[in-house]
Amino acid sequence: MKKEKTSLIRNDGFQTLLASLICILGGILVGFIALLIIEPSGAVEAIFAVLKSFFRYPGKLMLKYFGQTLVRTVPLIMCALSVLFAYKVGMFNIGVAGQYVAGACGCLYAALAWNLPWLPCLLIGMVAAAVLGAISGVLKTQCNVNVVISGIMLNWITLYLTNLILGTVKSPNSPYTLALQGKNPSALLPSMGLGAFFNNEKSVTIAIPLAVIMAVVVWVVLNKTKFGYELKATGNNYHAAKYAGMKENRNIIMTMMIAGALAGMGAGLLFLTGIEDWETTISSVPAMGFNGIAVAFLGGLSPLGSILSAFFIQYITTGGGNVDLQVYCSQISSLISSLIIYLCAFVAFFKFFLQAQIRKRDEKKAAALKAAENKEGGEG
Amino acid sequence: MNNVPYAIEMVNITKKFPGIIANDNVTLQLKAGEIHALLGENGAGKSTLMSVLFGLYQAEEGVIKKNGEIVRINNPNDANELGIGMVHQHFKLVECFSVLDNIILGVEDTKNGILQRDKARAKVIALSEKYGLSVNPDALIEDISVGMQQRTEILKMLYRDNEILIFDEPTAVLTPQEIEELLQIMKNLAAEGKSILFITHKLNEIMAVADRCSVLRKGKYIGTVDIKDCTKDDLSRMMVGRDVEFAVQKKPAEPRDVILDVQGLSVASKISKKNAVNDVTFQVRAGEIVCIAGIDGNGQSELVFGISGLENVTAGTVKLLGNDITHAPIRKRSLMGMSHIPEDRHKHGLVLDYTLEDNIVLQRYFQPEFTNKFGFLRRKNIRSYAERLIEQYDVRSGQGPITVSRAMSGGNQQKAIIAREIDKDPQLLIAVQPTRGLDVGAIEYIHRQIVAQRDAGKAVLLVSLELDEVMTVSDRILVMYEGEIVGELDPKKTTVEELGLYMAGAKKEG
Repeated sequence: MKKEKTSLIRNDGFQTLLASLICILGGILVGFIALLIIEPSGAVEAIFAVLKSFFRYPGKLMLKYFGQTLVRTVPLIMCALSVLFAYKVGMFNIGVAGQYVAGACGCLYAALAWNLPWLPCLLIGMVAAAVLGAISGVLKTQCNVNVVISGIMLNWITLYLTNLILGTVKSPNSPYTLALQGKNPSALLPSMGLGAFFNNEKSVTIAIPLAVIMAVVVWVVLNKTKFGYELKATGNNYHAAKYAGMKENRNIIMTMMIAGALAGMGAGLLFLTGIEDWETTISSVPAMGFNGIAVAFLGGLSPLGSILSAFFIQYITTGGGNVDLQVYCSQISSLISSLIIYLCAFVAFFKFFLQAQIRKRDEKKAAALKAAENKEGGEG
Repeated sequence: MNNVPYAIEMVNITKKFPGIIANDNVTLQLKAGEIHALLGENGAGKSTLMSVLFGLYQAEEGVIKKNGEIVRINNPNDANELGIGMVHQHFKLVECFSVLDNIILGVEDTKNGILQRDKARAKVIALSEKYGLSVNPDALIEDISVGMQQRTEILKMLYRDNEILIFDEPTAVLTPQEIEELLQIMKNLAAEGKSILFITHKLNEIMAVADRCSVLRKGKYIGTVDIKDCTKDDLSRMMVGRDVEFAVQKKPAEPRDVILDVQGLSVASKISKKNAVNDVTFQVRAGEIVCIAGIDGNGQSELVFGISGLENVTAGTVKLLGNDITHAPIRKRSLMGMSHIPEDRHKHGLVLDYTLEDNIVLQRYFQPEFTNKFGFLRRKNIRSYAERLIEQYDVRSGQGPITVSRAMSGGNQQKAIIAREIDKDPQLLIAVQPTRGLDVGAIEYIHRQIVAQRDAGKAVLLVSLELDEVMTVSDRILVMYEGEIVGELDPKKTTVEELGLYMAGAKKEG
C-alpha cells in the first residue's frame, strides 16, 4: 500500500483551525451587518473598535489593557477545559456555570470570612465546585438524571446560595463583596513579577501561566494516561467499560468532580486577582461558564485550542466595550461579541463542510483520471 | 438468452476505502422472482456491495440498472422509491420506540398531522399473520429478543411493499426453527414475484432455498452458478479458494478439576417478574467444553451476565477455582482467570471509536506492561503487543493497529476480541455465540482455537444457538429452557432431533 503524502488541508488540526477562522470571519461579518442596520454611519468605526480591542490605546496603556484581557481570559480557559473534559467522557457539562459560581463563593468566603491566604482559598473554591460536579455525577449514576438537567437546576441553586453566603461578607454600602486589597491582601494571587511586563498592572498574576499549565495537564491526562484511557472508554461505550472491569460509575463521578474543580479554579484565578468583586444582588448566572462552552467548541475541543479561542473571545469582548456609546446603545458590545460567539458554535459544521468539499474534489479528480485512462485504453 | 431484463442489475461495480478495495469490478444480476444468494467470506465485500445498492455508499465505477434502465441511487430513500428494501446485519431500529412505530417510521400515515396508527397496526398484523412473523406491535425494541427485532425489520420492508428484498445475513441471529420458518417465508415471497437477494455464508441455507448464487472473494467477483447444478463443496471452494474441513477435529475430552462451579443461580429478568435464570446448577471442568444450548431468549445471556458479573444475581453462588466470586467485581474475576467473549461485540466487546490496538489491550491496559508506575500508558508496548496479536490471529484491517474499530468488518472485530480474550491465558473461557455472523473459514478457525484451549487444559463454557456448533464442538451439552437447565446430553449419543425437543421444552429430564 502506498502511503499518501498528507497535505496540510487534510490534517485534522489544520481543518479545525480553518473552520474556526471561517466561523470568526462569519461572526464579524454578521456583527457588521447588524451594526449597519442599526446605524450605518458609525458601523465601520464601531467594528474597527471591536477588532482593534486594546490595540487602540497608546503604548503603556495598551500593555495594561492587554494584561487585563489576559487576566479575564484565564477563567474562560478554565471553564472551557471543564466543558471539554466532561465532553470527552460523554457528558455535556452545562453545570459549568454553577461550578464557576461555587468556585467564586468558596474562594471569596474563605478569603473574606476566614482571612486565609490565596492557596487555601483557591483550593476551597475548587473543592466547592468539585462537590457541585460530584452531585451531578452521583445523580447521573445512581438515579440516571441527565447531567444537563441537574446542571441547569444546580446553576440556579448555586447562584442564590452564593448570594446568601457572600451577603455576609459584602461591603456595607454597596451590593459588592469587600475588596480583597483592603480586607485580606494575603488572599491576592502573587504576581511573581509578571505585572512588570504589563506596565505594572496589579491584576496580572501567576493565574495566567497556571491556566496554560492546566491546559497542558488536561491534554496529557486525556491522551497519555491510563486514567484518560479509562475515562474516554467510559464516555464512548459505557457497557464496554463495565465489561472490561472499569469502575464505570466511579469514572463518571470523578469526571464531573474534575470538571467542577477546573471551573472552580477558573473562578478562583479571576476573583483572587482582585480585579472584580462578587455582586450579591446578581439575578442571572454569570455568562462566564456558558461562554466556556462556546470557547471549548471554537477551540475544536482541544485543550490547547481552547487557550487560543478563549483569548480571542475575551479580545472581542474587551473590544466590544470600546464601541461609541453616543451612536449605539450600551448593549451593542454584548450583541457583537455574542453574535461572534454564536457563530463559533458552528465549527463542527464548517469542518464537516470542509471535509465534504475535499472528498468531492478527490472524487472529481479520480473520475477525470479514470476517464483519461479509459480514453488511452480505447485508443491503444 | 432471453430478453427479459433483470429486476436489478449491478454492472462492474468498484468501491474503494482507504487502504482496501472492497468491491473490484463486481457484477450481480437478479432475476424477478428468484432467490439469489450472495456468498463470500467476511470482508469479501458483500455488505459493501449491498450498501452501494441501497444508496449508503456511492460506487466509484459501475452502474446499477433496474429493469434494464440505468438508475442512480444516492441514498436509501432513492432505493426505497425503486422498491428496494433491506434487512441489515446490524438492525437499524429505534430502541425506545415500539415495534409498530419502527415499522411505520418514515412512511407514517397522518391525518391533519396526527398519526393514524390503527390502519398501520391492522396492516402490520395482517402481514405478520400472513407470513408467520410473530411480533408484539406495542413492545419496545429494547425489551424484545434479537429474533423479534429481525422480524420487525422484515415487516418494515413488507410494509413498504418493496419488490426487491435484501437480506443481509438474516439467519445469523435465529434459532434453527426460526431459520426454517424464515426460509419458508423467503420461498413464499419469491413465489409471489418478489426478488430476493440473500447474503449469507451458510451453505446449507443456500442449498435449501436459493435458485442461483454469486460468489465474491476478497472483493473480486468469482462467478455465478445455478444451485441445482452444484454441491456444497463446490460453493465452499469458490468462496474460500481451497477445500474446507467442515467437521471439527478433536480428541476425546479429559476433564480434570472443577474450574467453574455454579450452584442454584438465579438472575432477575428485565422484562418480566419471573427470573430470567432460575435455580441453575452446573460445573465446568478443566479440559472440557460445556455447551449451553437453547433457543434465543431462554436465559442464556442472563446466565452469562450473572457469571461474568455484568448483572447482579438474586440467589445462588458462583465459584471460580474454588473461590466464591458471586459478588466479586468484574476486574477481579478477569484477573482470577475468567475470559469472556461477549454475545454483543458492539455493546460489550469493543469501544468502537477506539483504535484496534486500544481495543486489544482493553482487558490488560492497566498491567505494568502497558501502564508505567506514574499512570502513563506505554504506547510502544501497546503497539508491539497489538501487532503481535494481529499477526498471530490474522486480524485484517485497513490500517493495522491504528484502524478505528468501527471501520473493521464484523468477522475481524470478532477475531480481535477472540485474540484478546484467549491471549489473556484464562482458566475459564466463556464464549457466547463466538461464530455469530462469521463465514465458514473464520468459523473453522475459531472452533479450532476453542478446542485448542480445551486441549491446553482450560475450562470452556460455550453458549450457542447453532445446532451444528453445539453438536460438533462440545463435550457436554446443557439445554436451557425458560431459564432452567432441562437436560444434560452427550453429543456423541444424542441426535439433533432429540436436542431440538429439549430446546423446545417438549422433553425434560425428571
